[in-house]
Amino acid sequence: MSVPYVVSLLYQYADNLAFLLLAALGLMIILGVIDVINLAHGELIMLGAYITTLAYHRAHLPLPVCVLLSVIGVGAFGMFLERTVIRRFYKDKLGALVATWGISLILSQGMLLLLGPSLIAVPLPEWTLSYAGYSFGGYRLLLFAGAILVVLVAWWVFYRTRFGVRTRATMQNAQMSQALGVDTRRIYLYTFGAGSALAGLTGALYAPTTTIVPLMGTTFVDVAFITVVVGGGANPILGALTSAALLASISAPLSSVLGTFMGRIGLLVTALVIIRFLPRGLSGYFQDLQRRRMAGVRA
Amino acid sequence: MTGQGHRGFWSTLGGRQDLGSGPGFWVAFAIVARRLLVSPLFGSPFYLSNLAVFFIYVPMGLGLCLLWGYAGILSFGQAAFFGIAGYVYGIIAQNLSLTPLGSLAGVAVAISATVIGAALFGYFVFYGQVSAWIIPLLTLVLSLILETFMAQTAGYQWRVGHVLLGGYNGMTGIPSIKIGELEFGGASVALYLLTVICMLVAYLGLRLLVNSHYGYVVVGVRDDVERTRMLGYNVARIQVTVFALAAGLAGLSGVLYVSWGNYINPASMGLYAATLPVIWTAVGGRSSLLAVALSTVGLKWLADTLAVRGGGNAFLIMGALLLATMLFFPAGIVVSLARLWRR
Repeated sequence: MSVPYVVSLLYQYADNLAFLLLAALGLMIILGVIDVINLAHGELIMLGAYITTLAYHRAHLPLPVCVLLSVIGVGAFGMFLERTVIRRFYKDKLGALVATWGISLILSQGMLLLLGPSLIAVPLPEWTLSYAGYSFGGYRLLLFAGAILVVLVAWWVFYRTRFGVRTRATMQNAQMSQALGVDTRRIYLYTFGAGSALAGLTGALYAPTTTIVPLMGTTFVDVAFITVVVGGGANPILGALTSAALLASISAPLSSVLGTFMGRIGLLVTALVIIRFLPRGLSGYFQDLQRRRMAGVRA
Repeated sequence: MTGQGHRGFWSTLGGRQDLGSGPGFWVAFAIVARRLLVSPLFGSPFYLSNLAVFFIYVPMGLGLCLLWGYAGILSFGQAAFFGIAGYVYGIIAQNLSLTPLGSLAGVAVAISATVIGAALFGYFVFYGQVSAWIIPLLTLVLSLILETFMAQTAGYQWRVGHVLLGGYNGMTGIPSIKIGELEFGGASVALYLLTVICMLVAYLGLRLLVNSHYGYVVVGVRDDVERTRMLGYNVARIQVTVFALAAGLAGLSGVLYVSWGNYINPASMGLYAATLPVIWTAVGGRSSLLAVALSTVGLKWLADTLAVRGGGNAFLIMGALLLATMLFFPAGIVVSLARLWRR
């Protein structure tokens, strides 16, 4: 294998990794903290892409401003959903899953009725890097950098801020942290908002690379769901990172050799095998390892 | 548990795990069943064909009711198994269309394929003892992947024997089920009667099942997995069995559908199709087989009426119906009405 070939493989790996991370992280944070699966996640991504595209074409705003608008808009919409719908299902987690599925149908079909079958996409920023006969899309590299940055920011919020401490306490034992004065309802509200804002960001960032159609959410959620299943909800950031790293190493070669479809099949099979042996996903496995080590230290 | 094993057939059938019991209910049930079975004497073939298509989906809906309402397993996979059965039947029946028993072999292989496929899928999921939210996610992914796969099988290179898979447009020219001279085609009395019988047998059979000792164990798994395991039951095996049974019922619906329409396409496994059984079960009320059977027929009729009126809103109305049910009638609309009436 020549060096340029390896570089091109790495590029494809980074591209896949960024996609999986950005598609799944918001969903996973909501699952980890609130223990609810938001099946409307894909439609929130779609909403982000629509806001960006409309702001770009109709209001003629520069792309970064459009992205910011999407993040704020979808985040606010997520908080609205939490207040009106999700909150009622904290005692019936499967009910929340079904209710968000209803929301997802309403959003995608509503968008179709409102704005028609498709929008003209935002033009892809055209800078490319060439290296030894291969050319790499600069925007794709930017997406990768963005994904890493998002993970770092999420890590910082979780482990270096007061809000993060309270959130982790709520994850560990909601009743106990309530007794210690943490407003868990507020934590849940902000977490759902943050997860939705991440969906908005994903939609905005990928808006220039895909066709903008009301059903575009499904192209994100099938891989996002697999990433979440493999990662588990025990530790959203570690789970998302390790799960996306593992899955990208399977889907990148499979889809470049055998096509996108075989890549997806490979992901599904991997997920089935992993949950057979690690039912709580990778992050659940790491948590168990850590607990065992701590127990060993104490003994 | 002691009393359950010794009850007679009739008291098990009329047990408390479903709505409706007592002589009044069964007299009404017999009247409706008789009406359904003799209606070919009155209706035109066109009318019967339209009626049959509402009943075809009942086994699939009942399967999800058993799975979600009685076993506590939510699945978006019913449509996938419906589609798998339809395609497998299509491939075999069309390849063996000149042999006398070809279509029956198709039925047998198609339903076996869904049961075995579901058991395999279920083995990985249930023996790992995963959290409840994983199954709906993975079955949804399964549906999406199957739809994408079948949609790209256009062209001559995608064929099994001499049958083309047909890509996005679907597989056409599938022969109906045939026993000797009797053909269960679209606008035939035979298919209508077969569908009604399948529906009634599925309902009565599942009613027997959920009221039997085994059914109480299934409900025990739903209510408390750990407790049931501690009592010595193999929870994973029960879950896989129920999952495979539900898939088999979806497969039955799939075969009936293909025999009715001589046609199947990838959309039958797609996003909207995967959603429908969940909507039927939620809106009817997952705690009752009868309620789900009624809501399946009612909502299928509603969806068809909406489609005739202009199509585009069907998704929106179904989504709103699902959300409203989950918010305001979490037990299901039909079940809530029945409780109101009984009070």
